[in-house]
Amino acid sequence: MAGREFIPSSFPQQHGQAVVLAVTSGKGGVGKTVVSANLAAALAAQGQRVLVLDADLGLANLDVLLNLYSRATLHDVFTGKATVEQAVIQVADGFDALLAGSGMVEYSRLTTEVRERFHQTLQSLIPSYDVVILDTGAGISDVVLYAIGLADEVLVVATPEPTSLTDAYATIKVLAGQQNRQNLLVAVNQAGKPGDGAMVVAQLQRVLDRFVNGAGTDVRLFEVGEVSFDPLVRESVQRRHLLVSHAPQAPAARGIALMARRLMALLHDTPAQGAGGSRPRTP
Amino acid sequence: MPAERDDLINPRLLRTDQARMLLEQAAAGTLSPELNLASLQSLIDGLCELTQRDAQTGLANRAHFMAVLHREIDRVARSGQLALLLRVEIDAFHRVRDAAGQARADALLGLVARRLADRVRPMDTVARTVGDGFAILLPDCELHFGRLVAERLRVSLNGLPFDWPAGVEPGLSVGGAFAPQWIRSSALLWMERADQQLYRARSEGGNRVRLEEQLLGPVSSEERDLLFGAMDAQPADMRGAGLGLRMAGR
Repeated sequence: MAGREFIPSSFPQQHGQAVVLAVTSGKGGVGKTVVSANLAAALAAQGQRVLVLDADLGLANLDVLLNLYSRATLHDVFTGKATVEQAVIQVADGFDALLAGSGMVEYSRLTTEVRERFHQTLQSLIPSYDVVILDTGAGISDVVLYAIGLADEVLVVATPEPTSLTDAYATIKVLAGQQNRQNLLVAVNQAGKPGDGAMVVAQLQRVLDRFVNGAGTDVRLFEVGEVSFDPLVRESVQRRHLLVSHAPQAPAARGIALMARRLMALLHDTPAQGAGGSRPRTP
Repeated sequence: MPAERDDLINPRLLRTDQARMLLEQAAAGTLSPELNLASLQSLIDGLCELTQRDAQTGLANRAHFMAVLHREIDRVARSGQLALLLRVEIDAFHRVRDAAGQARADALLGLVARRLADRVRPMDTVARTVGDGFAILLPDCELHFGRLVAERLRVSLNGLPFDWPAGVEPGLSVGGAFAPQWIRSSALLWMERADQQLYRARSEGGNRVRLEEQLLGPVSSEERDLLFGAMDAQPADMRGAGLGLRMAGR
């Protein structure tokens, strides 16, 4: 991948606050939540304090994937029935989660009130973690764009399928145009063979260079890893176990562990002085 | 319901209590033999259509328009075709109402509604969404065509048979936004984006067209070709086959 190095938008070492990472995909069904949850476990295994926040307000499924039940959810926090501390639950795999709750369907249309509550909730959580993962909904809705807008970094999950690639590319274009995102992380799920991830990212970058970049725009994609197509992933989902915890030697689990290491290496790179990578977290 | 107008029942003239009585008669089997099942079906269809219409202008009402908008978002997300949403307001409508009265203002609404409906394609949907506000959805609408239609709508008040109160300049403000191609956005967000352009047109003096300049996330066929590795200029190892892409349906 020709071009400049990754410039982190956040300065965790300096601020002592969590890096907020939005995981998004465009197309649904590419394994975004599977990647989010397993990545959280892999980061936790490397000593990071991690929270996964279910930002798929309309159709959350993190609880289904992790076989979790929470007495209080984001919905209860929004409605004042619970505090943030009461709603955060500890997952056996070493990280924390804040579930959206089924009542969140009513928030699938973003109002100013929802924006403020979401922002306040996130702000109150940031000091307690090293990484906060926002597991966003599929597609590019106003809720998804808003959640991504709160994040320091964005990880786009794609598969080597035409529909997924198109949606990932469209998502990247929107984020570049609407949010002036210049650095985007990409993870390729369900890779058919080693190297697919790098090829997909190179393909996306090639199209960006031709149709988007130039005249002051320089969107760079950074591959954080690939997760190979692995029947054990489906099996783990069916059993409601996390792959990285229950089958750490599975090819997909090893891919996610490597992704966690690459991610931390990228995020903790000290940015060049005056590189302009900092972006305030504002709603 | 063009086919039903010559029927025994005209839904546009039918009152709710009469409709209910007819349906009760049908249920009891005491319906006049002249009214067969087809007539009743026409009646039900007509009543359904009436629920989608704005009583004042005969255009689509807001509820129906939002349903159409939701469907169009699904279609655009799947097909990638451009679709344009226009918001239109009559400049100085409140001054017309204050100077000429509610009845004349209502008459103006009717005239403008007909002009707008006459200047778009049959496949387009024209709605009165609120007060003097109209919304128009143009599916499969390329950028240059959208600009032309918006301008044609803006000048549609020319020659309108309406006696404008003294000091009121006839004019329409038009704002528009395209749906982001390939992306499942929300109807609310799309309306907000079109509204922002309408406010822009009004704040710049009215009687003008303002369309969102930047299309959100369009993926052109050229981009898709390059994305899927179909272009000749691409190295062999970058082509779709190398990625195991399945191109069915393209």
